[in-house]
Amino acid sequence: MTHFLVKSCGPSTSLQDHGRFGWQQYGLGPAGAMDRLAQAEANALVGNGAGAAVIELAIAGLRFVVEAGSARIALAGAEQPLSVDGTLVARAAAVTVAAGQTVEIGGVRNGRFGYLAVAGGFDVAPQLGAVAFHSRALIGGLGGRVLQAGDRLALCLAAAPAGPDLAAASGFVPRHIGPIRVVAGPQDDYFSAAGWQTFLGAAYAITANADRMGLRLTGPPIAHNAKGYNIVSDGIATGSIQVPGSGEPLILLADRQTTGGYPKIATVISADLPRLAQSGPGESLRFARVSRDEAVAALRAQASALEAFRAGLKAPGDLSLNSGQLLAVRLIDGFISATDWE
Amino acid sequence: MTEPRLLLAGDSAVVVEFSDQIDPAANARVLSLDAALREANLVGVVETVPTYRSLMVQIDPLTVDFEAFTSTVMSLARAASTTIAAGTRWRVPVIYGGAFGIDLEATAERHKLTPTRLIEIHAGAVYRVYAIGFMPGFTYLGGLDPRIHTPRRMDPRMMTPAGTISIGGVQALVAGGAMPSGWHLLGRTPVRTFDAGRTPPVLFRPGDEIVFQPTPADQWEALDRRAGDGDPLAERVAP
Repeated sequence: MTHFLVKSCGPSTSLQDHGRFGWQQYGLGPAGAMDRLAQAEANALVGNGAGAAVIELAIAGLRFVVEAGSARIALAGAEQPLSVDGTLVARAAAVTVAAGQTVEIGGVRNGRFGYLAVAGGFDVAPQLGAVAFHSRALIGGLGGRVLQAGDRLALCLAAAPAGPDLAAASGFVPRHIGPIRVVAGPQDDYFSAAGWQTFLGAAYAITANADRMGLRLTGPPIAHNAKGYNIVSDGIATGSIQVPGSGEPLILLADRQTTGGYPKIATVISADLPRLAQSGPGESLRFARVSRDEAVAALRAQASALEAFRAGLKAPGDLSLNSGQLLAVRLIDGFISATDWE
Repeated sequence: MTEPRLLLAGDSAVVVEFSDQIDPAANARVLSLDAALREANLVGVVETVPTYRSLMVQIDPLTVDFEAFTSTVMSLARAASTTIAAGTRWRVPVIYGGAFGIDLEATAERHKLTPTRLIEIHAGAVYRVYAIGFMPGFTYLGGLDPRIHTPRRMDPRMMTPAGTISIGGVQALVAGGAMPSGWHLLGRTPVRTFDAGRTPPVLFRPGDEIVFQPTPADQWEALDRRAGDGDPLAERVAP
């Protein structure tokens, strides 16, 4: 059986899939990849379904050795160099690795979460219906924990599927630029007009309290109205922006609690959760209010872009490099020749 | 009876709010709507989160017909029953005081009660499970005797142990895992309210009732070992 033997990894390297659904009623949040778009891109490059289990890298790199057989892998998400036995692999491209080869992924140069997919997926038993590791509940992942050196990850396929390694002609799906878009509510009526003005007008910096559970922000306090800042706890969605008594917002993400007792001024739209996940401490965020219809339209556009990405994957010999792609390649290595695609 | 409100929680969830207070009738409407939605099996509904006073419904924004969905949900919400049949009544062993409930004495003193009397009052009530939330197995209870309503601590503790039995304001709680908490810790139960390795992982459900059984401290070790081996410990009892 083909395995990846983990030689080294960061402390928050975990297995993630589409998330665990149906358990929020019992207090267990969904978990799943923080950047679903990057997860889907990595999976597309190796021919998997969008939600297949991947290794989520958090800031740090990963080194592993392929044991027996071969495997086709691809990396997406945060910008981090991927090499096989010391040879750098182009970004947005799958690569086949053989028994005995060492795969090394460096630390992030830009972004926070990287996703390593393998064709056919990892052979890991789901817990409560999903592989997704929940960092607070310690459920899922590899027996309820993150990955660590010495782990042997079994693959579903003994060898890389037939056919060439594919690459994306125009790189990854472009991310929306600009303020993080939010839909007002569910407790938008707990904030004064001045509070709303602050929220939509000010910049908020992400503090060091940033992990899979959420992001704590610092910036001008958002004023509640006379209803105050205690509510009888109600449900929390991924992307909920809670505003506690301090007035400084918290954005709740994949490993969030399922209920909470602070008013939630707004909710980040699904299409912007991936790029939000890639933002980290020190970065500054601004918010823009959109309607639910606009939020759904943005998500549809993202789904179409992902479909185009998948449909546009080609064997490298069929690719003619465009300038955007050369730029992406240079970002990784400073300088790299087009022949390195082979 | 108040008209239910439909609130947006982004593009992928809505909240049907029956009340902004803790109230048995509102909670019954939440659970009744939850059951009705399960029965209706609408396209695009992913899962639901019942709370004290509202039902969050998570939807797939790309497959749901939002207009039709909200209209169906709101008509089901208006028809939701204000009473529900009582669920299972559970007897839960609790070791009160000492290292198991470090706030027992101070809480008793605050209410001018002896610790024994406080235990009698706390263990003498029948609690109703209003919601499971926050983190796995956290069981929020209503029915705390007004004589021991106790405002939360000014300085929350950074960590309280799994199985903690605590009170805060008008609420009582059986904690699932370890958590930071500003509530008053009266005791601890070896019962695992959520155990991913057990079938089913969850013991208590909204609508169930809970009574506490004061248990001698010297039984902790044996009970905790049994619970660790998958024994639910909590017993079903007749109402």
